[in-house]
Amino acid sequence: MAEHEEKHEVDEQTGTQTTGHEWDGIKELDTPMPRWWLWTFYATIVFSIGYVIYYPAIPLLEGSTMGISGQTNRLQLQQDMAVADAARRDLISMLAEQDLEDVAANPELVRFAEAGGASLFKVNCSQCHGSGAQGGPGYPNLNDDDWLWGGDLQAIYETIAHGVRNDEDDDARFSQMPAFGADGILERDEINAVAEHVLAISGQDHEAALAGQGAEIFMDQCTACHGESGMGEQDLGAPDLTDAISLYGNTRETIRAQIRQPKHGAMPPWLERLREANVKQLAIYVHSRGGGEEAAE
Amino acid sequence: MAQTTLEPPHRDDPAGSVKPDPVREFDAEAVNSKQRQSLYAARVKIFPRHAEGFYRRLKWWIMLVTLGIYYITPWLRWDRGSGAPDQAVLMDLANRRFYFFFIEIWPHEFFYVAGMLVMAGIGLFLVTAILGRAWCGYACPQTVWVDLFLVVERFFEGDRNARIKLDKAPWTASKLAKRVSKHAVWLLIGIATGGAWIFYFADAPTLAVQLFTLQALPVAYITIAVLTATTYIFGGLMREQVCTYMCPWPRVQAAMLDEHSLTVTYNAWRGEQRSRHMKKQRREGVAVGDCVDCNACVAVCPMGIDIRDGQQMECITCALCIDACDGVMEKLGLEKGLIAYSTLQEYTHNMQLAGVHGTIEEIVSAQSYPQVQPERMRGPSGRLIDAVKTTNWKTVLHPRTFIYIAIFGSIGLALLTVLAMRDTLDVNILHDRNPLFVTLSDGSTRNGYEIKILNKRGETRQFWVETEGLPGALLAVGSGDQPKASLLVEVDADSTRGVRTFVTVPRSSLDQERNEFSFRVTALLGAETTVTETQFVAPKEALK
Repeated sequence: MAEHEEKHEVDEQTGTQTTGHEWDGIKELDTPMPRWWLWTFYATIVFSIGYVIYYPAIPLLEGSTMGISGQTNRLQLQQDMAVADAARRDLISMLAEQDLEDVAANPELVRFAEAGGASLFKVNCSQCHGSGAQGGPGYPNLNDDDWLWGGDLQAIYETIAHGVRNDEDDDARFSQMPAFGADGILERDEINAVAEHVLAISGQDHEAALAGQGAEIFMDQCTACHGESGMGEQDLGAPDLTDAISLYGNTRETIRAQIRQPKHGAMPPWLERLREANVKQLAIYVHSRGGGEEAAE
Repeated sequence: MAQTTLEPPHRDDPAGSVKPDPVREFDAEAVNSKQRQSLYAARVKIFPRHAEGFYRRLKWWIMLVTLGIYYITPWLRWDRGSGAPDQAVLMDLANRRFYFFFIEIWPHEFFYVAGMLVMAGIGLFLVTAILGRAWCGYACPQTVWVDLFLVVERFFEGDRNARIKLDKAPWTASKLAKRVSKHAVWLLIGIATGGAWIFYFADAPTLAVQLFTLQALPVAYITIAVLTATTYIFGGLMREQVCTYMCPWPRVQAAMLDEHSLTVTYNAWRGEQRSRHMKKQRREGVAVGDCVDCNACVAVCPMGIDIRDGQQMECITCALCIDACDGVMEKLGLEKGLIAYSTLQEYTHNMQLAGVHGTIEEIVSAQSYPQVQPERMRGPSGRLIDAVKTTNWKTVLHPRTFIYIAIFGSIGLALLTVLAMRDTLDVNILHDRNPLFVTLSDGSTRNGYEIKILNKRGETRQFWVETEGLPGALLAVGSGDQPKASLLVEVDADSTRGVRTFVTVPRSSLDQERNEFSFRVTALLGAETTVTETQFVAPKEALK
């Protein structure tokens, strides 16, 4: 180590004082801080004083000093969320209070309802109806134009609100087809004949002779609900047997199985679980998927 | 006062001299010359003297034009019809548009701007290959603003000598007043610089009113503050250090220059050996060069170098030393151009004429100066001999120039062509993927598409949307719409509209599950058509 009196030695090359530290003849320069650095440092100190006064800064046992601004990021987030909620509340309450027809006439409200309906659908409905509302065997496809219980806004709303074949809601949609085979109403060959008739009216390959027999049985047993032409009846939830869409399949086997022992799907009532406005959002979303109908006059 | 003529200390012309030598000598030192450069040295202030001459005048004009373009451009108007801004040049960040007179660029067309930047780059190469660092010396904002700041400095503090004196003088009221005024005006220039910049990003007249009534957005004031600070610091305080230490261009230029590039050159072949008593020594028959070592070239240099040390990284080729030296040569009755724009090739040729030999590196370095024999360069009449090569317009004609011009021109032509053929209609199609298809009750198949139509015109337009290559296809917008063979879609001026479209194809009209087809979108106004390919998917049961 260098001796004490060498401490203020000035380096010849640079004109800077040394610190007095020396290792094997190499001396450490005592170069002062660059002035710009020093001034920046002082400026940050000045800035920090103002910062501590204005913003929450000093931690206390519980919370911290609030500063004269009284603002924290958390508080700001709460305020922003409240503003956003307030903006949405208007739309939500409009949805809740207005008739579906009035809602449908307001493009801004429709946009809001479709966006909200899409996310509600993914959370509540996609488990059965699929994420694209495309359904599956036993679960109706909501994109198409075939509706068991009606496809206008009001009908869709009613179906979502009260559900289908459930015990929880007295207004639930309800229909039940007799189990013609299991309950012994029709013999096996009679069921096969009716199935041939259904194939015939939906425009598929069939045995004409058998279908003729089936037509007579159909007249006796089925027209009360499905109508004489087999076009069904939405008020009774009776499906149209003539079209290309069948909930449980449109082949000979699936038709026979459905006549022998019909399957019946169920859907919970959503008005109990969601709010009025949410059900309307869902109705508008489902209606917009492509198959929605205009209300009959 | 700056104008006091320094009495040359060793001027001892005999009384027989015809007239007193009018050349002033300057006590100037090249503070940034190589010998002085040290990693530890603090910056030595430079007090460039005012120069007069051709290049100084040229620089005044270029400063006027460049600053004029910068300050006036945002105020130019260009009528684009209602609904579109009428500012000729506007970066509309909020609406994501770039307006440049008749051109309107959308974000996805930003390659135009990239193309223009490439052209600017090649243009810089071209100028550098021909004129050396002309960009640095004349057009670079750093040079232009430093020039402007020097005008202010000279106005308040006088020319070089007065400024040096003032700098050394103790602080008095007068010095304080001069310094405060100078820095105040510098800051005002800074504010004006930053203030003009923000007008490129918003409607200038509106923003100007907002600025002065304190209603503009905070970002406007922040931008002004930042640019004021950078202008003041770079132009007023840092000056030549920006070029020497911060700018990459001095390093890049080394790769761009060749022996045909014009650079500001001290013509040592006629200047050496320099002598303060040139006329006297010539009368006495001593062969000396034209340079009287008056240091005028050093005194005017804003970079603090001595051009007579040869080519240096610091030199921005502002050519003020040419002006200074030409003035001296005129007074001495010698040819102008002791310091002149010259190429390395000409310089080497002339140096060899003057009797210098060795490698190129040796010839162009200051080491070769003692070898120069100035008497070989002048004929019996005292004029420079004809074999001396000087710069003329042919200097710029060499292959590199033409290659750069060809590249520059072809990019420009390509951009113009693309611009001329640019559509004002753009269509994007997004095929629904969930579900891919929907079977309807009559057995027909439906696919959903999001058709995005971009109307880049300043007027609302209607578009026919039809399908091509999909037999029996019908189009519908939204649920409950009656399907039709074609749709009419209206899109607002200068905007994008997405239309959810359902395409329905009857049963048994398709051969395969995946069918390529196109949407044809035709503008009713302007007769533009865009055909966009996409797919239609059908289930097996619906095929023929």
